[in-house]
Amino acid sequence: MSRLLGRAFGLLFALAFAANATKMDAPAEGNALELRMKKLETELRCLVCQNQTLADSNAELASDLRREVRSLAEAGKSDDEIKEYLVARYGDFVLYNPPVKATTLLLWAGPFVLLGGGAVLWWMILRRRGRASSGPVPATDPDVELRARALLERAEPPPAG
Amino acid sequence: MIPELGHFALILALLVALAQGTLPLIGAAVGTPRLMAIARPAARAQALLVAFAFGCLAWSFISNDFSVQNVAANSNSELPLQYRVAATWGSHEGSLLLWTLMLGGWSFAVTLFSRNLPQQMVARVLSVMGLISVGFLLFLLLTSNPFDRLMPPAAEGRDLNPLLQDPGMVFHPPLLYMGYVGFSVAFSFALAALLGGRLDATWARWSRPWTTIAWSFLTIGIALGSGWAYYTLGWGGWWFWDPVENASFMPWLVGTALIHSLAVTEKRGAFKSWTVLLAIVAFSLSLLGTFLVRSGVLTSVHAFATDPARGVFILVFLAIVVGGSLALFAWRASSVGLGGAFGVVSRESMLLANNILLIVAMASVLLGTLYPLFLDALNLGKISVGPPYFDAVFFPLMAPAAFLMGVGPVARWNQAPLPEIWTRLRWALGVAAVTALILPFVLGRWSPLIAFGLFLALWIFTSTAAGLRARLINSRRGNLFAALGANSPSYYGMLLAHIGVGVFVVGVTLVKGYEVERDVRLDVGGSAAVGDYEFKFLGVKPGPGPNYRALTGTVEVRKDGQLVQTLQPEKRIYNASGQAMTIAAIDTRVHGDIYVSLGEPVAAGEDVTGPWSVRIYLKPFIDWIWMGAFLMALGGFIAVSDRRYRLAVTRKATVPAGGAGMPAGAD
Amino acid sequence: MKSARWSIPLAIFVVLMAFLYIGLYRDPREVPSPLIDKPAPAFALSQLHDPERKLTNADLKGKVWLLNVWASWCASCRDEHPLLMQLAAANAVPIYGLDYKDKPDAGRAWLAQNGNPYTASAVDLDGRVGIDYGVYGVPETFVIDKQGIVRYKQIGPLTLDSLQRKIMPLIKDLQK
Repeated sequence: MSRLLGRAFGLLFALAFAANATKMDAPAEGNALELRMKKLETELRCLVCQNQTLADSNAELASDLRREVRSLAEAGKSDDEIKEYLVARYGDFVLYNPPVKATTLLLWAGPFVLLGGGAVLWWMILRRRGRASSGPVPATDPDVELRARALLERAEPPPAG
Repeated sequence: MIPELGHFALILALLVALAQGTLPLIGAAVGTPRLMAIARPAARAQALLVAFAFGCLAWSFISNDFSVQNVAANSNSELPLQYRVAATWGSHEGSLLLWTLMLGGWSFAVTLFSRNLPQQMVARVLSVMGLISVGFLLFLLLTSNPFDRLMPPAAEGRDLNPLLQDPGMVFHPPLLYMGYVGFSVAFSFALAALLGGRLDATWARWSRPWTTIAWSFLTIGIALGSGWAYYTLGWGGWWFWDPVENASFMPWLVGTALIHSLAVTEKRGAFKSWTVLLAIVAFSLSLLGTFLVRSGVLTSVHAFATDPARGVFILVFLAIVVGGSLALFAWRASSVGLGGAFGVVSRESMLLANNILLIVAMASVLLGTLYPLFLDALNLGKISVGPPYFDAVFFPLMAPAAFLMGVGPVARWNQAPLPEIWTRLRWALGVAAVTALILPFVLGRWSPLIAFGLFLALWIFTSTAAGLRARLINSRRGNLFAALGANSPSYYGMLLAHIGVGVFVVGVTLVKGYEVERDVRLDVGGSAAVGDYEFKFLGVKPGPGPNYRALTGTVEVRKDGQLVQTLQPEKRIYNASGQAMTIAAIDTRVHGDIYVSLGEPVAAGEDVTGPWSVRIYLKPFIDWIWMGAFLMALGGFIAVSDRRYRLAVTRKATVPAGGAGMPAGAD
Repeated sequence: MKSARWSIPLAIFVVLMAFLYIGLYRDPREVPSPLIDKPAPAFALSQLHDPERKLTNADLKGKVWLLNVWASWCASCRDEHPLLMQLAAANAVPIYGLDYKDKPDAGRAWLAQNGNPYTASAVDLDGRVGIDYGVYGVPETFVIDKQGIVRYKQIGPLTLDSLQRKIMPLIKDLQK
């Protein structure tokens, strides 16, 4: 019963909160070309201000390139064709999304290979440790344990050092 | 005079650090209490000397002493006082001195809060920190002296980069460095354990608060950097996967793994050598970050002016510190011993999964950051690796970790029966899933990614609540307050930090899912409709500022005809440097920001009173990103306030326990 | 009990260090040209000193030539200009200029003031030809062979070192 209440409450709360929030429209406002330009330009690197995307850079070359990209798009070229155009002139450097080719195989596959390796490692460690489930505490050094007990009993200040 | 005193203090500090770094280590190895006793006073003296040197540099900035090269290059007499102080760490040399100051500060703190540690351990920890200080002091004195004089003195300084003339500059670097440098304590503890050949749960308990505090500071530092970039750079972004951002994020990821791993080592005596390795790696990444920013190896907005000589020095330093510690690890880790056993489904196994996910994430970020360098070094061409790559790789890795965050705290140690977990969490799962499926429709647009992101966040909230509820019920206390009080600050810290992650995920999901950006050309008096709002542009007026000329625009924001806010974005041109900056105007609300910044005047040339291009952003729930981060950090601080870290544990502490001597009481 | 796996972190670190060391001597900002060993992009632009006539790359087939991208507003161009003058005086290779995003008047005035090493200069008003050539900064210099294939790109001002070690030997080789 309380579970159901909890569930209903959670739902209600979320909805109430959201209702007060700004209504968020689909980003279909602004015409389609603008949106496509924006998206494309954020994936391209400015060659002058090399730590900014083509969309954000104020460099003159950036605005020249934005103009080129726009005229290519208006001429009916696809995103891939536009990227090819730029890569033919500036190389792969201009793409923030590295292309998948022989030299970037390690880059793209790397994280997933590592994840797979991690999963294997996880399993192997569990297999090795999956022995006894008794006793919460691993065995101590018996000689140390004796000393510990003696100290606790005697309630004496410990030797210095 | 004062700069020379500062310089001299650094030289003295180096000598003291040399003593601090060597004598106690020898003493610990040989067993000479007198040598080991040098550690504390030496560390304190060194810290005070560095603080004095820092004070000298700060004074030079405050008093506009342009005969000091660093001051002349980075400051200006018109610069407001707080930025003159911040300019102390605004350059490569100054920020290195800040690093060294922090290191001294943390060493000092270790001398104060280590009463209960065996002298041998304290000696080793402080020695290792001393050796790191030696490295930084040598670097300062040999290649990056902040006290170099400029003869003849400049009449006026070249001014601090306008981008840095901001409260962000006052807080972000110090807090960030507190985090970076704080990991040196965990690092030193790890090396001390390896040197001593013994590692146990008490070691973990000693290391834990230091690591958690450093991690909390790093969390705040990174969040501040992100927030600062958001409001200062004018294009509404908050994370760019820039190499230097990554350089701060990687230690954070490993630090997160480390605090979880330390929990296991403390409570269960397991993961010992793994924890030691994490402690070494976390600090190594801090040092690597220092290298990347200052060597010119990668391009970044953050990079300091570079010099191959400096790069080589740091590389050698890295080789010695990191290489040395990893070599020590290779040699001694096996003697540290394996830990206890645990079942396939248990809190340990989930924390292990958490660790592996975090490390794989860190490795992926490292791979992406350094890959262009790898290819270039092998003459295989030049590529760029940017946000599209990191986003594609990082979020899939973190999703399982976020999911585990709900299950881990509810799972028992050693053996966690699946049916029990299911019973405790199934309603949490249901509520989260259903709400996440419905919510995007309510918010305006449904997409699988938004639903999934919301599911993860809601799951974290509901499972945390379910876990707390189960705990309160099982505590068998009479009333609610007694039950709440029965839990430790450590537990509440964890809850808060996890909730912080959930809040963060809400922010990221909703911003990425629903943000709107429009570039519009507006005449004076013209309007544009974006989202639910109408933006009316009232023109731009020139005006003066303390050390800049301002062009202030006025934009009225209306919803349903009602005036919501009047925003005043600015363009500033700084007097000393002539550099221009865009200052965005942001209306911050819990459910989102309205962000307006000025583009360019439509009429090229001097006329600023005509139409302008204006950038308008709607950023829903974006402040949840930083709120989440602050909650995480707050959780960390609360966890550290747990009494058991401060309790003067007399007899038990000095027993060189070979295993976890503590009964598994509070979590 | 020492097993090899404890050394794995150290091994990874050593490899990393090797790359970082090499990286210290590379320039991460330099964008190499994808045009090397590919045909030089075609252009037909009016000449700076003779606006009625056009300069096209088709005219230049059959000889080895340099294309030097410059502008009157470019500060570093001054640094390399003496070298270009020397090169022109030595008559080793014809040098053609690409006056990039410049006002023709300003361009002519600059050459009158500093000397004109160019056999001819083309006017690239909007920078389109520059984009075709992958120009991202000024000055840049291309070495183009008799078949019209780009053989080398110098990013930034020409230096005595780069001329002596790379460019002149290459030109001599191509002229055979």
